[in-house]
Amino acid sequence: MKGLKKTMRVDFATYIGVTVAFVVMYLLQLGGHLSNSLSGQMVPICCFVSMAVSLNLVVGISGELSLGHAGFMSVGAFSGVIAGMSLADVIPSVPVRLAIALVVGAFFAAIAGFIVGVPVLRLRGDYLAIVTLAFGQIIKDLINCLIVGYDSHGLHIVFNVSGLKSVTDLHLEEGGKAIIKGAQGAVGVTKMASFPAGYILVMITLIIVLNMVRSSTGRSIMAIRDNRIAAESVGINVTKYKLIAFVSSAALAGAAGALYGLNYGSLVSSRFDFNTSILILVYVVLGGLGNIWGSVIGATVLYILPEMLRSFSNYRMLIYAVVLILVMLLTNNEQFKQWRENMAEKLGRGKRAEGGV
Amino acid sequence: MKKIVSLTIALALCLVMASACFAEGETFKIGGIGPMTGGAAIYGTAAMNGAQIAVDEINAAGGINGAQVEFNAQDDTHVAETALNAYNTLKDWGVQAIVGTVTTAPCIAVSAEANSDRVFMLTPSASSTDVIADKDMMYQVCFTDPNQGIASADYMKANMPDAQIAVIYKNDDAYSQGIRDTFVSEAEANGQTIVYEGTFTEDTQTDFSVQVKAAQDAGADMVFLPMYYTPASVILKQANDIGYAPTFFGVDGMDGILTVEGFDTSLAEGVMLLTPFSADATDELTVNFVTKYNELYGETPNQFAADGYDAVYILKAAIEAAGCTPDMDAATMCEAIIGVMPTISVDGLTGQGMTWAATGEVSKAPMAVVIKDGVYALPTAEEEAE
Repeated sequence: MKGLKKTMRVDFATYIGVTVAFVVMYLLQLGGHLSNSLSGQMVPICCFVSMAVSLNLVVGISGELSLGHAGFMSVGAFSGVIAGMSLADVIPSVPVRLAIALVVGAFFAAIAGFIVGVPVLRLRGDYLAIVTLAFGQIIKDLINCLIVGYDSHGLHIVFNVSGLKSVTDLHLEEGGKAIIKGAQGAVGVTKMASFPAGYILVMITLIIVLNMVRSSTGRSIMAIRDNRIAAESVGINVTKYKLIAFVSSAALAGAAGALYGLNYGSLVSSRFDFNTSILILVYVVLGGLGNIWGSVIGATVLYILPEMLRSFSNYRMLIYAVVLILVMLLTNNEQFKQWRENMAEKLGRGKRAEGGV
Repeated sequence: MKKIVSLTIALALCLVMASACFAEGETFKIGGIGPMTGGAAIYGTAAMNGAQIAVDEINAAGGINGAQVEFNAQDDTHVAETALNAYNTLKDWGVQAIVGTVTTAPCIAVSAEANSDRVFMLTPSASSTDVIADKDMMYQVCFTDPNQGIASADYMKANMPDAQIAVIYKNDDAYSQGIRDTFVSEAEANGQTIVYEGTFTEDTQTDFSVQVKAAQDAGADMVFLPMYYTPASVILKQANDIGYAPTFFGVDGMDGILTVEGFDTSLAEGVMLLTPFSADATDELTVNFVTKYNELYGETPNQFAADGYDAVYILKAAIEAAGCTPDMDAATMCEAIIGVMPTISVDGLTGQGMTWAATGEVSKAPMAVVIKDGVYALPTAEEEAE
């Protein structure tokens, strides 16, 4: 470890930390030592960790504010559910189908990200925040109009703009199945997601994001964030690099969305509203902007917290808010920062000493 | 600073510890899931309050098969994911049967999971057919959406055959859309005339001037409103503003319109609705329930509260018929209850002689009422002929 740069050490520590956490939790789950409550939260935690890490790529690394990350999750979730459900007869193997659904989800979310990003990322200022905010709302309404079903002839899609169409307008033949019923969302989804799949998704997300950040692409993206004019003057194509960050982030969100969608029996588009986008942003901000392992921990802790607070019944969201405020105060507290730096120094010295032996 | 943090943590731990502990195998553990915070909180809170009243009554009267009942209500914020978390929390608690979930989309997600775990569920008010589809452990207290749509169309056909009907519904809501779909197909089959259909969504339910005007222009003298009462109250207000006075016809979600804050109840005069429960009914059961609910929660119970109350009594009847004991695990109890559900008949607040098909669907008579002088009344022959 001695020859490695500090950033690489942190990256490897992140991979190892996530892997160790996974192995411990998975073994506990297999052994039945984990409570039902906690073991049911494993897949959504993986999804939201992936969401937070990918959003960090845009907000932290690229320095653009995106308020519609849940919109990409929504695109990925619904396209992933359609793929996962409709391929049931062709591909009987669940893991293979899940993998395909994730890729499909990532693909469609990337397209959506590209469409949003191309015009907006050419502009300076806060336009991305405004447009992604609108995008999240538009996606919600578009999916409310979507009616999808499949039978032996393949997929049937009706776009219910007038609001007067229903599942019968799909004209499915006998044995056909409706997947998305407009505003009622996707119902009767077969649960395919599993904790190992979630772990693999988180690892892929981390590998993609961390490698991108440490490559010349990442350095260009950060150069644009820090000083756009200076970056342009040395010949960096601003729009291109911003777009790379934004589209990768959207694709990863899409994959996370697909996993999320295939973890529940029903899925409605209103789940992916503005509040969800903000929630993910909170994970990122409290974990630390640009800090990837911070996002992992932020998402995990803040996802589990409301569930841990169930015994407070109706006051739990109040307490959740209080905890958020305390965390913010604490991380900005000078004494705490000092203490943390001291600890890091001590640990660092310890490590170096170990390395020397 | 540190003191505050450690105090908070200590307090949190204390509460967590306090909420645990009760002797295993001596009580029936019934869980409840419904939205108690968030936009749909009014439904979940009412259903869980109603269920709690029933549980208290049962315990006071000696419990089920001689064993006391514990009731644990968990919040799902009307989100499928949170509902599943609530369900898992209940499983950790050792739940044996579940009253819930109150709303449709979370119910579909939870029932799929409960079906593979074999935990019996009885929903007070999740009315979509998707809730009970392909699951043998899922039963409903309320009507299914198709039944409400069909019953409404048939009622209009029988009593107002020449009505020019307009439908306004919420097309991002499973409940509203589901009733509209069956209403329209039944009305078409009956040869009734639908002159206008208007839609709205969650985001546009504060202004209906366009839809109301269009219904008026289309010459509708009967407006069917398959929706909850909050948007319906806005429609009534705006129709009155432009001097449009057709007969308004609602379904069970319309129940509660007389309790909307700041709503002039005189606007609801003459509104007809199909509802399984009327808080103004004079039978002993309803009067008792309404009085108790008023005492405890300071408001008049709506249909969701009545559904929750009935759900607990139905569960009691089923557990007694199946001869279950508190030491059974959830799966054994589930199979036992499934075996007796189609054979039992329960008289409750929301219907006399309720019976169930093995599919989970309830069979009870829908009741049409008309709002008269600010209370529900049975329609007279003259009004029906109008």
